[in-house]
Order: sequence, then structure tokens, then C-alpha cells
Amino acid sequence: MSEAIEVARTYLRPGKKLPTVWCGGCGLGIIMSAMLRAIAAIGVDKNKVAVVSGIGCTGRMPTYVDFNTLHTTHGRGLAFATGVKLARPELTVIAAMGDGDALAIGGNHFIHACRRNIDMTAIVANNQIYGMTGGQYSPTTPHGKRGTTAPYGNIEYAFDTTALAVGAGATFVARSSVYHAREAGLLIEKAIRHKGFSVVEIISNCHTSYGRMNKFASPVAMLEWMRDNSVSIKAAEHMDADALEGKFTRGVMVESDKPEFIQSYDEMAERVATDPAAVANVKKVIQSYDAMADRLKPENG
Amino acid sequence: MSESTVKKQVLQGNEACAVGALAAGVNFFAGYPITPSSEIAEVMSQCLPLMGGRFIQMEDEIASIAAIVGASLAGAKVMTATSGPGFSLMQENIGFAAIAEVPCVIVNVQRAGPSTGLPTQPAQADVQQARWGTHGDHAMIALAPSSVLECFTMTVDCVNLAERYRTPVVLLSDEVIGHMRESVALPAPRTYKVESRRQPEEGETEYCPYCACEGEPLPPLAAFGGEYRYHVTGLTHDARGFPTMVKEEVDRKIRGIVGKIEGCADELASYEEFMLEDADVLLFAYGSTARVAKSSVRQLRERGVRAGLLRARTIWPFSGARLEELAGQVDLVVVPEMNLGQLSLEVERVICGAADVRALGKVDGDLFTPDEIAGFTMEAVGR
Repeated sequence: MSEAIEVARTYLRPGKKLPTVWCGGCGLGIIMSAMLRAIAAIGVDKNKVAVVSGIGCTGRMPTYVDFNTLHTTHGRGLAFATGVKLARPELTVIAAMGDGDALAIGGNHFIHACRRNIDMTAIVANNQIYGMTGGQYSPTTPHGKRGTTAPYGNIEYAFDTTALAVGAGATFVARSSVYHAREAGLLIEKAIRHKGFSVVEIISNCHTSYGRMNKFASPVAMLEWMRDNSVSIKAAEHMDADALEGKFTRGVMVESDKPEFIQSYDEMAERVATDPAAVANVKKVIQSYDAMADRLKPENG
Repeated sequence: MSESTVKKQVLQGNEACAVGALAAGVNFFAGYPITPSSEIAEVMSQCLPLMGGRFIQMEDEIASIAAIVGASLAGAKVMTATSGPGFSLMQENIGFAAIAEVPCVIVNVQRAGPSTGLPTQPAQADVQQARWGTHGDHAMIALAPSSVLECFTMTVDCVNLAERYRTPVVLLSDEVIGHMRESVALPAPRTYKVESRRQPEEGETEYCPYCACEGEPLPPLAAFGGEYRYHVTGLTHDARGFPTMVKEEVDRKIRGIVGKIEGCADELASYEEFMLEDADVLLFAYGSTARVAKSSVRQLRERGVRAGLLRARTIWPFSGARLEELAGQVDLVVVPEMNLGQLSLEVERVICGAADVRALGKVDGDLFTPDEIAGFTMEAVGR
């Protein structure tokens, strides 16, 4: 408890009026707290953290945390984050997104961020619904479940966020849930420490919209569902498909080494700086520009 | 070659634009391939790695402008380049940059037609999109080059204005200007101004990224990763950047982002005047059309019509000051544009009946010829 108070005192914005915009019992508070504990464990200077988000309930998360915070447009958080990270690679950049934000309107940005392997962390808070707009079905609403725009049950099929991330080339992919709050924090910590693009999906509860329409009596009932319907990856290895039916796995799905984008960019810049043909070409473009020639690295003359 | 210029060279408009960006200190470029703007991205991808900057090709234009806005907040000088279809996709985050007051430059090398249209042909049909393409009340700065030299100088201007006013700025180039090659003598380094956004005073403890009261000078913009942590949002926000629904704060915010630019319209206005001293017929043009209109003026003069040209370099904010003066002098204003009258509406609004305004539109993907504009004008003066 004292750890939580300490984390709250250190990382929640002073003077920023709480409570949050989130409904009482919302899992997003647990996810925010898990993220803050991860940052605290790593001990990054607050000035060197940027938290970026898109639109929706999760989009509001940066408002409350005392970092460089950027609340962008719907689905675009990762694209903005890409610019922040490339301009200031020394920053620890975290993008917090909901399932609709990350996987529907931002789906293209999500897969390309996975592919590029820029050293950032994407936290996907998956509550399987569009919460802020009133409970419309999302790309992770399970088949057959209800939303305000799927009043007769969802006829579409849900994305598996982590499988999508793995397929798109993310080099760290993990999943947990708000019931497993401690595990969620530890996975986010691992993700931030990972050198490359990392994705952590946290299954969350929107009892107000999803729960109400899908026969969950309370937030607690939804958390209990997470407890009873999730399996650690290790345990899942010994279970057959029938036993895993309807359950989600938790843990680290992928953790691999691949050259990180900025590292590769800088290596490329180093390489071309000593390539006379490349230097000559650039000089040709800016031939008349002494001022810019100054900006070429000295060894290029 | 004079001391104020460097040796002459043959440059393409798009290349000159990229070189201008580098000269103005742009060190971050994100873009997506599109005709007829791609050369700008190509030059940036070639030069930036060698000049300590970063280039990235994003997955689309939405992501491109998002990335430059993010990079700008992290302290970079930023630009992207596109054409009509990409410009449409960028509108969402142009609005974000407008309300969040983040400096960035968007080059739109205009091509013909709505949708895919004519990708390799010129147009000037994004003039109103540049002004009103993103939703909600906002202001916009847009400049239109008429030459390869201006692709350089105006890109420098765009970067400077974006940094000074903390706002998105559009360079409204077009396919002809972008792909034209001219022999140009670029201005020598240090003969023109390069501006960078103001930084907070050292030791400033209570940093506010936004104006707290009306008429207050625009606050400096601290970079992410420095010593000030603050919040940036596309929601209407208070002086500290936090969301607000307080009516007075909301009203001040919107009036503020409009007023800081519209209030400088006359100051930002830039014109070239050609044979206007004794003119009683005014051609009002910009971009590649203005080059043609100059020849038309000469033709008209040969045919006994005292014509002159007012070439607008600044399209937005639209300044009426010079036009109003000239409206008292001339009887007829002809506005040739490669669209169906987008800027002539502004001209009519400003002139307000003081002279006859005739729009000459062209939307077939071709440039005007001098004869077309001169012939139309001869007919309009009744000869």
C-alpha cells in the first residue's frame, strides 16, 4: 500500500483534479497504476518520459501522469509517438491506447509500428468495446457478444491483439489483465526495458458498457471472469485446444532481438558519411550551400 | 553572381523546396510517396542522414503529419510534403497542430481534380482546402510560389512563420512549379532570416505553453525532454494545456488561435506588383498562373489595354488592404485560377463592388496560355 501511495505522490500530476473521467471500478486506473509502477521500478527521470495517447477512455490517461504528455487524435498515438521518439531518442516513449483506438482507426499505424521496431512501448487496454462513445462493438468484441451497435450480437470476429502484433513483427509482445495487476506491471516493465517495439495488451473491464450488455453484474464479476478464463503461457503449453477454448493466455508471447530502428538509422548515417559517392551526391544537392556544408560531419569536409 | 546570392544552378522546384527546408533548419521530415511531390521526400531522405537529421517514410499521410507534429513537440524543425489526396488525409492533424499550436510545415504540390484526379497535371484547386480543410474555427498561413527560386525562399518563410506563430503553415505549390527546372541563384546563407521558436527563459518555474489571457504574446514552446513537463491535447485547453470546458477559456482559446494569424494579415501579405502604376485593368493571380498572367499583361498593353498584375505570394491569411486601394484605381479585376473561382470569391468579398470582378477558371489539367487570359480580359473590357 505504501508503495502505491509513494508511486501516486511521485507520478500523478500535482494540482490535477482527480478523480479521473473514468467510471468507478474501471480497469484503466489499474493499468495506469501498473504503468507507473513499471516506470518507478526502472527509475526513469520524469522529464525523460513521454506518454502519448489517442482518443477514448484510455486516451485520457496522459492527463493525469506527470511526464511529457501528448493526447492526440483518434488512432494516431503511435504515429505521433514515432515523431517524438525519432526527434528525441533519449526519451522513454509509451503509447497508451484502447482497443478501438489501437486496432480499428489506428490499426494501420499499429502494424507498421510493430514492423519498424522503434524502441517504444504500446499499451493496449482492451476492454472489448468503445466505452467513451457508449458501448459500440469494437474490433475486439467477441463474436456473439453485444454492443449498442450490435444489439443482436456481434456477427464479426475479434482481433487477437497479440497474434496481430507478433505477425506484424513486434519484438516484444505480452498480455495480462487488470485482475493480474501485479503481473501487468511487471510485463509493462519488461516491455519498457526491451530494446525495440513492445506491445503489452491488458484485458480490462468496461462494466458500464460491455458488462451491462453482456450479463456481467459488476466490475468484480468481470475481474473474476479474467481470473477464471485466463491461463499462463506456461500452463497453456500443457493444455489442448479444447481446454483452451474461450480462454486467453497471459505472459510473454514473443521476446526477440532485431536491430532497433534508430540504431539502424544511425548506423546507416555513419556508413554513408564515409561513403564518398553518397557524400558527393548530397554535396551536389546542396552544392551552393556553404552554410549547410557546415552541417555535414567534419570528416566529409 | 553577386555577394547576396550563390552561384547559379539549374534546380527543380521540388528540389529547391527541399534545399530551402534544409537551409531553414528543418531536421525532421516524415512523408508518404505521392505524385507530384515525391522528389521533396527523396531529397530529404538523401540529405538528412548526413546532416544530423532524421527522415522517415510513414504508412500514410495521416501518420506523416502526426509524426512531424510529435517531432516538433520534441524540439525538431519539421516538414512534410504531399499533394491533394494526401493533403485531404492530413487535414485531421493539421487541425490538431492548429489547436495545440505546434509549428509544422506542409508542402502541397497541387495536382488536378478531386480524388485521384490527374496526378501529373497542375491545379490550384486546394486553395480553399488549405484554408478550411480541417474542421472547426482556425486560421491558416499559406504561401504560393511562382518560381523555383520562390520554392526555396518561401519554404524558408514557411518554416519561419510556423516557428514564429506556432502554427501549421502550408506551401501551396503546384505540379508545374514543383517539376519546373530553372536556372536560379539562391540567396546566400545569412542574407535571409532563419527563425526558431522562442524557448522558456532560463529558470522559469511556472511554464505555461499557452496564452492565459487575451492579447498576451504567444508563450515560448518548450521541447519534450527538457525541464518542463506539460500536457498537449487536441481538446480545448487552458493555459497549462489541460482540457477545459469553461466557456471563457474555450472562447479565448479559439479566438486566440484565429486572432494571432488573422490579426497579422496585412503584415503577412506579400505581393509582386507589375505595371500597376497606370493600370485600369487588374489581373490578380498567384502560383504558376501568375507567370502566365505577366505575359498576358504585356499582350494586353500591346493591344491598348492598360493592364497590370498583382501577384499574391501570401494566400492565407487573405489581406484586402492593397486590393482595396487598387479597386479605387481600376474598373475591372480579372482573377485567373486553375480552379473554378476559389480565390476570386475572396477578391470579390474585399472589393465589395468597387470594381467589376471576373473569375476565369480552368480545370482541364493544363496551364493557362497568355492568349487565354488576355482574350478573356479583352472580352471583359468590351473590345
